[in-house]
Formats: sequence, C-alpha cells, structure tokens
Amino acid sequence: MMLMRIIVLGALLSLLSACGYNRLQQTDEQINADWSEVLNQYQRRADLVPNLVSVVKGAVQSEKEILDSVVSARAKVGSIQATPELINDPQAFSQWQAAQGELSSALSKLMVVVEKYPELKSIAGFTDLQAQLEGTENRITVARNRYIESVKNYNLIVRQFPSNLTAKMFGYVTKQNFSVQNEPAIAVPPMVEFGMAGVAASSQ
Amino acid sequence: MFRRCVVIVCSLLIYSVAAVAAELAQVPVPELRAPVTDLTQTLTPDQIQILDRQLRGFSERTGSQLAILIVPTTQPETIEQYSIRVVETWQLGRKKEDDGVLLLVAKQDHSARIEVGYGLEGVLTDATTHRIIRQVMLPNFKAGRFFEGLTEASTRLMQLINGEVSPEQVSAPEADRRGRELPWPLLIFIAIVGGGLARVWFGRVAAAVMTAGLIGLITWLFMGSLLITLLAICFAFLFVLGGRGHGWGSGGWASGGGGWRGGSGGFGGGFSGGGGGFGGGGASGRW
Repeated sequence: MMLMRIIVLGALLSLLSACGYNRLQQTDEQINADWSEVLNQYQRRADLVPNLVSVVKGAVQSEKEILDSVVSARAKVGSIQATPELINDPQAFSQWQAAQGELSSALSKLMVVVEKYPELKSIAGFTDLQAQLEGTENRITVARNRYIESVKNYNLIVRQFPSNLTAKMFGYVTKQNFSVQNEPAIAVPPMVEFGMAGVAASSQ
Repeated sequence: MFRRCVVIVCSLLIYSVAAVAAELAQVPVPELRAPVTDLTQTLTPDQIQILDRQLRGFSERTGSQLAILIVPTTQPETIEQYSIRVVETWQLGRKKEDDGVLLLVAKQDHSARIEVGYGLEGVLTDATTHRIIRQVMLPNFKAGRFFEGLTEASTRLMQLINGEVSPEQVSAPEADRRGRELPWPLLIFIAIVGGGLARVWFGRVAAAVMTAGLIGLITWLFMGSLLITLLAICFAFLFVLGGRGHGWGSGGWASGGGGWRGGSGGFGGGFSGGGGGFGGGGASGRW
C-alpha cells in the first residue's frame, strides 16, 4: 500500500517534468541570470561615462555638440529604472533599449572624434579609459547574445507542444527579446574620412 | 504550375546552400590538445615546446589556465567574436573559479586579443591587458618576433595572476559556502522526528525508504549533486533503519561533504579546459 503511494508520487513528479515544467523553470532562471548580466554591463558602461567625459572635456572643447549628446544620453539612461522586471514590460523595455542605443551611438561618435586629438593619448588615464570602454562594449555584446539565446530557448518551450500547456497553466508567457530593427544604426560605426590617409601611411 | 514548383524548389535549395555556406564560412574552432596551438607554423617546434612547458607548469602550480592560439585569420568574424567562440568551446580555467586566459593572434588580420575569464577580470582588467598588448605584443609582432612577443606577454600575464590568486585562497571559502547551503536543521528534524513518527505509523523499512527519499529530494534540490544526494539517502536510510536516535546524526552528515570536490581539468599528455566561463573581458589590438 505504502509502496503504491510512493510509486504514484514518483510518477506524478516525472509527469510534471515530462510536460516541460522543469525545463521551463530552468530556462526562466537562465534568462534572469543573463538579463542581470546585461544590466550589469550596461551599468558598467554608464559608470564609465562621467570619467570619460571629464577626461576628454578639456581637449575636445570644440566638439561641444557631441559632448552634450553623450551627457544627455547618459542622463536619460540614468533616469530609467533598470530593474529585472523590465523584461516583462514591453513598453518600458523598448524605452530602455532606445535610451541605451542613443548612448551607444553618442559614445561611438565621441570615440571617433577623439582620434583627431592626439594630445589626448598623453593624458594619463585616457588610454585606460578607452580600453575599458572598448572592453565594456564587448562585454555588452556577449551578454546580449547570451540573453538572446536563452530567451529563444525559453520562448520555444513556451510555444511548443506539449510544454505550452504547462506554460499556460502556470502563467508563463513569452519574453521580450532585443529588437534588431534599430540595430544597424547602432552597430555601424560612423565613417572616418580624415584619419584614413594617416593610417594607411603609418602601416606602410 | 510545374514551372512554379521548380522555381520554389530551386530557390529553397539555393537558400539552404547559402545558409550552410554562411555557417561554413566561419573559421572553425580547433580542438584543444595542448596549451599552444599554432595553425600558421609561425613558431618552431622548439619554441612551441618552451612555451608549452611554461604554460603547463603554470597550470599545474596555480590551477589557472593560459592558452595560446595563432590562426591565419578570423574573417568574416571580428577577432572578438571568434575569440569568445573559442573560449566557449575550450572552457579554459576551473569550473567555479573561471580562471582561464586566451592569447589569440590572427596573423593575416594583424590583430591580437587577450580574452580574460570571469574569475580573473579583477587582476587582468581591460586596461592592464590593453597595456600588455600595446607595450609587449604589438611592437614585437610588428617586427615579426612572434615568439618573443608571446613569451613576454604570457610571462607578464602569469606574474599578474600569481600576484593575486592562489588556489588555496580561492578554494577554502568555497568549501565553507557550499557546505552551508544545505538546510541542516530541517534535514535533522526530518531524520529524527519525521523518521521516528513514520516508524510508528508505517514500520521500520517503509519509514526508512520514505525518509531517505524525502531527504534525498531536498538534498538534490539544494545541492544538485548526485553523489551527495546518494550519500544523503544512504545516511538517512541507515539512520532511520538503525534508529539509534540523536547521537551521530549531525556529525556523520557534516563529514559527508568532504570528499567529492575537485574535478578540474586533467593534465599530463593532453590539455583540456576545466569548464571556466568567459564574459568578453580583455582587450584587443592591431598592428
């Protein structure tokens, strides 16, 4: 009799995992972890910006417009609460993404412009900051790719039969992923015309 | 009608061929057999042996792993994209420490990268690695002195890693933390009170099976390790079956956590990653 009960309990448990419940939990948790990493790296970038601005400000005063756009984009990023719940709110998510995209393009414009000022290279800390910013951008890319991948896995489970029934029963819905629409604008670095001749000459 | 079908089939074919071609176009990640992998025959066998011995010795001493890879090109990917694919496959460094480093050189692209595992990001910051690339690697590579550049760079990296992390330092708090994750009071309560009650109601053997199952389930949920779970089940089963009471319950359990750790990458003839994670830290440079 007892044995019976234990067997039934075990069968119920294995049934639950066959419906994808465990996989759902696993991928959901993976998304949370990957999302925290994304937020973490964006925060790291936002933290770098004030330092960077204060270092380059003196040298690139003539590029006031670009500096201002970096500062205002940084302020906008800071004004949006980046919480883990962001992934469950499509509107807040796209707002946040737009703000980060704006900062990305403002920063990349600034980093191109600073190439015009070789004296910056001699300022202590500038090259380090530049390296840190490059490293952080790369970390953001890696974190985003991993997040995209785990949302893909999760959404597949939520949509596929029979795990979609389990997902529905426990109220799991598909999650936000990074949109690729405004990606080209962010990803393509601005063209550099002035430096090319010099670069070509120096590499000869 | 027939013609339309042919068109559709043809375009589908072209599509899939294009997709496969795009996949194939990526430079494949070579297999990790030794700390130094040179796909360009830039280094002589003697030079490879010297580096190999240095890097293996370093891994054995500290547990951290440093590997060198020289490829002709990473095109069409950037060196960063290729590099993260390599370390995701190789998994340099130990599993929980994430203390691996990859030194990657793409000879025809004239680019180099130091990819740093999560656990070493504190010692080998982006700025530090960038400095090593700029001051040590690029000038040497520009002059064609690849061996010198790689030797000096890896020496610098090893010194930096040595300066901060020692294996004892890292693994001691780790053991403590994992031991504490189990809800000991709950487990002991279940074993003594639950097991005792179950014995009265269901008899000795059934009670032992149930308690052991419950404790096994909890242990598995908390630790996720099969070995500890089996150990816990055995202990709980014998405990309730034997039913001596309070005496050895907690003592016997705590010592159960001792033997199962370790399991990092094995060395000797081969060389393999130990499961370390990377998050894109490090720096790149071109010459």
